[in-house]
Amino acid sequence: MPLLEIRKLQIDFGRSPNALRAVDGVSLSLEPGKTLCLVGESGSGKSVTALSIARLLASPPAVYAGGEILLEGREVLPLRAAELRQIRGGLVSYVFQEPGASLNPVFRIGRQIKEALQLHRPAAATDAEVVRLLKLVGIPAPETRMKSYPHELSGGMQQRVMIAMALAPQPKLLVADEPTTALDVTIQAQIIELLVQLRQQLGMAILLITHNLGIVGDIADEVAVMYAGQIVETAPARQLLQRPWHPYTQALMNSVPSLDSDTDRLTTIAGTVPRLGAFPTGCRFHPRCPRVQPECSQNSPPLVEVEPRRWVRCPYWNSPNLNNALLNHYERKSPRS
Amino acid sequence: MSESLLEVKALKVHFPVKGGPLTRAKDYVRAVDEVSFTVAPGETVGLVGESGCGKTTLGRAVIRLIEPTDGQIVFEGEDLTRLNGAALRAHRRKFQMIFQDPYSSLNPWAKIESIIGEALDIHRLAPHRAARRQRVEQLLQDVGLDPAHAQRHPHEFSGGQRQRIGIARALAVEPRLIVCDEPVSALDVSVQAQIVNLLRDLQQQRGLAYLFVAHDLAVVRHISRRILVMYLGRIVEAGEAKSVCQSPKHPYTQALISAVPVVDPDSKRRRIVLAGDVPSPIHPPAGCPFHPRCPVAESRCKIDVPTLREVNPGHWVGCHLAK
Repeated sequence: MPLLEIRKLQIDFGRSPNALRAVDGVSLSLEPGKTLCLVGESGSGKSVTALSIARLLASPPAVYAGGEILLEGREVLPLRAAELRQIRGGLVSYVFQEPGASLNPVFRIGRQIKEALQLHRPAAATDAEVVRLLKLVGIPAPETRMKSYPHELSGGMQQRVMIAMALAPQPKLLVADEPTTALDVTIQAQIIELLVQLRQQLGMAILLITHNLGIVGDIADEVAVMYAGQIVETAPARQLLQRPWHPYTQALMNSVPSLDSDTDRLTTIAGTVPRLGAFPTGCRFHPRCPRVQPECSQNSPPLVEVEPRRWVRCPYWNSPNLNNALLNHYERKSPRS
Repeated sequence: MSESLLEVKALKVHFPVKGGPLTRAKDYVRAVDEVSFTVAPGETVGLVGESGCGKTTLGRAVIRLIEPTDGQIVFEGEDLTRLNGAALRAHRRKFQMIFQDPYSSLNPWAKIESIIGEALDIHRLAPHRAARRQRVEQLLQDVGLDPAHAQRHPHEFSGGQRQRIGIARALAVEPRLIVCDEPVSALDVSVQAQIVNLLRDLQQQRGLAYLFVAHDLAVVRHISRRILVMYLGRIVEAGEAKSVCQSPKHPYTQALISAVPVVDPDSKRRRIVLAGDVPSPIHPPAGCPFHPRCPVAESRCKIDVPTLREVNPGHWVGCHLAK
């Protein structure tokens, strides 16, 4: 049984007739101990999807308009507040993008970690356990560090504290929402390595949300790419990175700057993510798609399983002529002078 | 007379550390220590390093947003450290800045027209209102925005669009040099690429020089002709972008390069994960400042401070062991 299963989730903001659909029929599944990366640009609905797992979205304005979320086979959406409190932290923990904004500035970090312990494992709410957790996330001199205030720590250290706090209740699923975006590349590498190591040690599953396909290869088992509230491609990580099939996935991959290439111009995705409520008709990616076809603006393509475990929302994923046109598009870069 | 646009000589920026408001300085943070480099007209020089290495301080000190403690900043033959008041203000037109956070660097109450137009007013570049409006609209168009957006407020724009507004503001006074302080770090990768390409295009059209400060070497490499790598207030490696990225000599640069995310799952690149953070610049380690984190440090690295040496033509390294 999967640890997490999301089926045809629909999330609106506001009430009809003015409701804006931020998540439109998203289905995901995550096995215990595995890592799923949810990838997409800002505004694609990935954070909203992630927050909905423990029903963290304020409602109103958010409305769970349809679908279901199952954690260990149990439906989350109909749960009452007391039951939700056990799931939040206990089964699912979160690590957010800006550690500086997530930590309380007026309390020492040891106390903040202990608070998480008191809520979920009262018997273990001791200094010794706090020290063990800080050690687990690689904080040097944990006995003295637990007396620090958040502002005395660097961004990377703050993020480690956030991870320690998330791990305190021993969750089975860690949701990390852009955990490295505010950090330096070197610290980003450290945090990703820490997550990989913790997953091996503790056997928890990770749902990692990121806009950077570059970090996916180091950690993910499966990848789901989101665009404008919909999943456009899902695949095992290796296969997706080797042969991305949806033009949006290809565009995202090409926009990661590489140290090896000798090109002057970086490849971009023309235009921007459409605003909520202003999604184009037909395929939502068609105005930005380099291999757009006339019918793309009318027919809204379904997510189709084109190979075992590989789903793509593009009817032209395998048409050789178009793929060649796409290759030319990406190789039309002037050589470095 | 040299041909460089900007020449920084032995620049130092030290911040006093005080025990209380009325006490004397107990110590100094050596944020920038003995840094020298040049920027030629129309050239991009990339400045990379981790948070806390002093790169932002250096970028700001160069255009005198922070007062340097010692050293010279020669811009078009004039020493900026000797200028003050109106004379300095007159020079400010020639060097501008683009900031990291496009959310906090634009006044939320002001319309885009006055955000960009303010620079024109200060330097008296628009004789009347119609000319000002026309110039603002032209600038918006130059950075890929709709001229009609001049009447909107910053909150109506996405992060990438705001950064374009920041660029338009910097361009308004027709500078020769723009200090770009992490201009793409806060943006999505796909938008990063758009902004980097825009900066390149503008450079080619206008012959601008950039001092491009960032922590991501992959981004810096795509825009820079030369790269400076900074660690604890000092330059540890400098050279052509290609040679720094393809054959890095300093172990710190090698670690920075290995930290760059790679999409290819079969990449052969070995990841060197640096332990710990940048040490405190108040009490930097003795000897080579990098030795506590260095994977190849020897005993002499703990004693002798390495100086920059030229290992290949134009490629300078501050490491005892580099060949």
